[in-house]
Amino acid sequence: MSMTKLRTLLAIGTSAFVLAACQGQDAGDTTDTIVDDADETEDVEDNGDETAENGEDTEAVDFRLAMITDEGGVDDRSFNQSAWEGMQEWAENRGLSDDHIDYYQSNDAQDFIPNLNQAIAEEYDIIYGIGFALLDAINDVAEQNPEQQFGIVDEISEMDNVVSLTFRDHEAAFLAGVAAAETTETGRVGFIGGIEGTVIDRFEAGFRAGVAHVDEDITVDIDYAGSFTDASIGQQIAAVMFSNGADVIYHAAGAVGNGVFTETRNRLESNPDDELWVIGVDRDQEEEGNWDGGNFTLTSTIKGVGASIESSANLTIDEGFPGGENIAYGLEEEGVDLTRGNLSDEVWDVVEEARQGILDGDISVPEAPGDL
Amino acid sequence: MSQMNKVIEMKGITKAFGNFKANDNINLDLNKGEIHALLGENGAGKSTLMNILSGLLEPTEGEIWVNGKKVQISSPGVANELGIGMVHQHFMLVDKFTVTENIVLGKEKHRFGFMERAVSEKEVKELSDQYGLRVDPRAKIQDISVGMQQRAEILKTLYRGADILIFDEPTGVLTPQEIDELMDIMQALVNEGKSIILITHKLDEIKKVADRCTVIRRGKSIDTVNVAETSQQELADMMVGRSVSFKVDKQPAQPKNPVLEIKGLTVKEKRGYDAVKAIDLEVRAGEVLGIAGVDGNGQSELIQAITGLTKVDSGTITLSGKNITNKKPRQITETGLGHIPEDRQRYGLVLQMKLEENMALQTYYQKPFSKHGFLNHNEIKQHAKKLIDEFDVRTPSEEHSAASLSGGNQQKAIIAREIFRNPDLLIAAQPTRGLDVGAIEYIHKRLIEQRDHGKGVLLMSYELDEVMNVSDRIAVMYDGNIIAVVDADKTNEKELGLLMAGVPLERAHAELAESSGKEKETVANQK
Amino acid sequence: MLTKNNDKLTNLMVPILSIILGFIFGAILMLAFGYNPLLAYQVMFDGVLRNPFFFGEALRQATVLTFTGLGFAIAFKAGFFNIGVAGQVLVGWISAVWFALAFPDLPRIVLVTLSLGVGMLVGAVWSAIAGYLRAYFGTNEVIVTIMLNYTALFVTNYLIRAVISDGGNTTDRVGPNASLSVGWLTSLTNGSRLNAGLFIALVVVALYYVFMTQTTAGFELRAVGLNSFASTYAGMSAPKNIILSMFISGALAGLGGAIHGLGTFGNIFTQSGLPYVGFNGIAVALLGLGNPIGIFFSAVLFGILDVGSGFLPNRAGVPDEMAEIVIAAIIFFVGANYLIRFLLDKMKTKKTVTEGGE
Repeated sequence: MSMTKLRTLLAIGTSAFVLAACQGQDAGDTTDTIVDDADETEDVEDNGDETAENGEDTEAVDFRLAMITDEGGVDDRSFNQSAWEGMQEWAENRGLSDDHIDYYQSNDAQDFIPNLNQAIAEEYDIIYGIGFALLDAINDVAEQNPEQQFGIVDEISEMDNVVSLTFRDHEAAFLAGVAAAETTETGRVGFIGGIEGTVIDRFEAGFRAGVAHVDEDITVDIDYAGSFTDASIGQQIAAVMFSNGADVIYHAAGAVGNGVFTETRNRLESNPDDELWVIGVDRDQEEEGNWDGGNFTLTSTIKGVGASIESSANLTIDEGFPGGENIAYGLEEEGVDLTRGNLSDEVWDVVEEARQGILDGDISVPEAPGDL
Repeated sequence: MSQMNKVIEMKGITKAFGNFKANDNINLDLNKGEIHALLGENGAGKSTLMNILSGLLEPTEGEIWVNGKKVQISSPGVANELGIGMVHQHFMLVDKFTVTENIVLGKEKHRFGFMERAVSEKEVKELSDQYGLRVDPRAKIQDISVGMQQRAEILKTLYRGADILIFDEPTGVLTPQEIDELMDIMQALVNEGKSIILITHKLDEIKKVADRCTVIRRGKSIDTVNVAETSQQELADMMVGRSVSFKVDKQPAQPKNPVLEIKGLTVKEKRGYDAVKAIDLEVRAGEVLGIAGVDGNGQSELIQAITGLTKVDSGTITLSGKNITNKKPRQITETGLGHIPEDRQRYGLVLQMKLEENMALQTYYQKPFSKHGFLNHNEIKQHAKKLIDEFDVRTPSEEHSAASLSGGNQQKAIIAREIFRNPDLLIAAQPTRGLDVGAIEYIHKRLIEQRDHGKGVLLMSYELDEVMNVSDRIAVMYDGNIIAVVDADKTNEKELGLLMAGVPLERAHAELAESSGKEKETVANQK
Repeated sequence: MLTKNNDKLTNLMVPILSIILGFIFGAILMLAFGYNPLLAYQVMFDGVLRNPFFFGEALRQATVLTFTGLGFAIAFKAGFFNIGVAGQVLVGWISAVWFALAFPDLPRIVLVTLSLGVGMLVGAVWSAIAGYLRAYFGTNEVIVTIMLNYTALFVTNYLIRAVISDGGNTTDRVGPNASLSVGWLTSLTNGSRLNAGLFIALVVVALYYVFMTQTTAGFELRAVGLNSFASTYAGMSAPKNIILSMFISGALAGLGGAIHGLGTFGNIFTQSGLPYVGFNGIAVALLGLGNPIGIFFSAVLFGILDVGSGFLPNRAGVPDEMAEIVIAAIIFFVGANYLIRFLLDKMKTKKTVTEGGE
């Protein structure tokens, strides 16, 4: 059987869904809006803010958003959670009730497609796939449901009815590297990744470049958990790194990072005089670093997943759906950032300096460890 | 003796499992200071009755009176309080604990949480001396003989204040000398005012120690008799319900060429020491060679080596002229070996499988039972039907699981399967263990029949009677060696008993010569 | 005859009671936390059974679970606890996808057959490692297969990153010639991923039945599993059967993985954990009582539960965690079927005893 024939059958087969699912109100203007470079992206953000401010005055728009989590789940205190918080904030700003937003949790990769289809059946205006793992699933359902609007975070889709939201994570990670290098007293810092891949590569590359930017002689221990969910592995790796003399650990591993915080807290509670730090990821993880003797979250790299969802939703309402586009968020667009956290004034000054260097183009940050 | 006060009266006991009545209106009474035998075939309902008495089962109907009071024995704990204790067939002892620890288990004397070991040991010692048990309270169970272990078990019930002791088939694991000692102990116990119920199917034991005997058959109590006034033959007939012959009816053997030749065979035990030590042995066609010995002297390893289940360390085994040393079990079977294994449920049958499948357990891969790897269920069924018919295996159908058969019928099924293959050598290990007189009679007949057909039979048994009755020659194993091979009709129980205890033949003869003429007379009588 | 019929009835009653008790327990839990169990169950079953797409997805899930269930069952029949089904699924999955990517231009029938065959073989060999170690060195197969699970996971992730893709987390999609989709099946189920694997599963169910009941090899396997001592006495080779059972077990799991790979995803991606279908296969096999037809139906039930539980959060307001607990409760009662059997037996004897007493 040929592929085209299959596709036709597929299309016929799914048409019932499509008809039910399609709201299609903005479908006409979507492809026209082109958000290609940085300046325009900033405009997009501004638009979003405006709408948010106006939201209370004007009639609330009937616009509904859904997201499909990756395997980490919505309460991973990191990536997925930040997306969901962004969605909640958006609804609040828009004065929309809770039933305008919802999330579908995936426990396994095979849940992506049923979850997407559930969401399609509920007729949401935009359905976001949170995480690169959902790319194939989003592409498949986007092809079967050409009238439905989708978003994908951290990956680039070629489909016309999908907006891609990507982040220059390496820029924030670079600043984290600078902060870690300025803070370490042992001359050894650690990086814990989730599963190796293009996204986490950016974190690793940026962080290592940032450290090297301050001092080439500082050792960076690199390890991967092979998971975004298993906190116990994070705890083990952190234990090894601390035992080997690292005193600052940056994790880019979702829920695995919870184990890093646990291990650090345990160590500090038994040896309160130690100076150990964790750098959080994706959202401000200061809260996770509380312990009896203060707070050990040195700083966090912020990934504006929530903000990107907000702004793309607002953009769709105001100007039409930016389907087929890749909206990239970096330091410049304030899509990624580094929190002030517990950084000392001196360190913060160095970080600010580095930030300026990136914005000015004086510093170019590598995207993959291979480019270092 | 009959009008002493009754310590136990079981009146009209009925226990039904579904439509099946395991006990049907059974009456049993036990006088103070008497040894009361409970005799019955396997499955006659002895165990059910005793489980009711020891609180493990509740009767469907009937009353139990203990010391003149009507009681409800709803749990083993209640039985314990009433002074009823059971000496189990399979000892309930912890191997790595000492005798004392085992005896006080669950009733440890302690002070502020610390065990008062010395106090307990003293108590056990006193108890042991009182009844002449001579047990070392500090010895670990794993280091003492089976007979001693049994005494520890007896002490355990005494320690718990039992006045009524139930002995469940107590002699199965003992040597003849140990059996005699146990009989003495039982006498000592009743002399001290205890009362005993002895469950057994060995008639000579009943004759030796019991005062009265209640016979049970198919769940019903047949009669209670005074042992002194009843002959063994009468007891056996009552138990089986027909006239049984004790003596195995056999013509003198006509041995021909050897079918099994063993030369210099050494077999290592699992833990690495030599269990069989360079032995030579020969079984000829047309004879039954018996192997006598106390459990654990290398008999099992010898048989495992012949059947190919254990690796031979050195030496050779030749079956029907073919070297089968260290061959695979299947090759050996095909060479012409039949094997009735020691533990029929573990080694002889796959209990959960259908009887017909068990009947083809060794031959399923051969024509006509299978072709090109596919089973022919019809042939397998016909084969099973034939065996069931020919060997009188009692089962509702060949499709029932082997587990649903009684012990005797399971054994019959194995014997049917093994004999039907017409092997040159048939090894029968403990073929009648736990079976009743009727089944024993049947199996012995089959073994002799096989011999008379010109086949070799190797019979291994811990029952001296069996070895003596069925065998033509007897090899006695002790500590991995064949200490002697004697002709069955020229030896006696005493001599074999000494050999089994490791006394060399010459010394055994000397010892026997020393003993008085009176004893010689009894030996002659026994024969 | 009567008792035999009763036995069969009991055999059927046990899994059904397990399921009912699981649902009741789940309902009690939901009630205790203030959720409406009736609504939840209605949403769950309506969602799957009244919608061709989700029913198709449930059947697709059932397809894979049938393989993992049968795979677990055959080892279990031979007396082994193959907890490594998940790892065998994974190696089967990656090898099938890898093969399909390497030879995209073979004719469809050849490519599909070979890809599935490769997945099956690799799964079988992977599992036979544990069988071999068990047979000749007496190592515990549970521990070995658990370790092999992790080995499978990390080897797979490494291969995806370093060999099959260029440092990415996902391989390419296999070509159309390796696709398992069947046009009318896809359209019948509104575009679900239900695929030809379903028919392969049905064929394998039949083959499994024939193998176990009609062949000498199946006879040996059963005998060794039920009583390895008696089987050895009867001249069967325990080591041979141990390895064979683990080999077939892994072959079934590997085939399931290959069908999961080619049918459900069309590619393979780095995994953060072992596939759930492997572990759920154990529950499926236990619920199906080792009978291939029973396993198929219990796989369908699990497929429905799996897909249906996805509706609970959004349509019945039952949080995801609660849905997981309810499913786990059902699995628990399935696993506890020995307990249920015991209770049934007890009830029966009680009844007959009182009858006898009258």
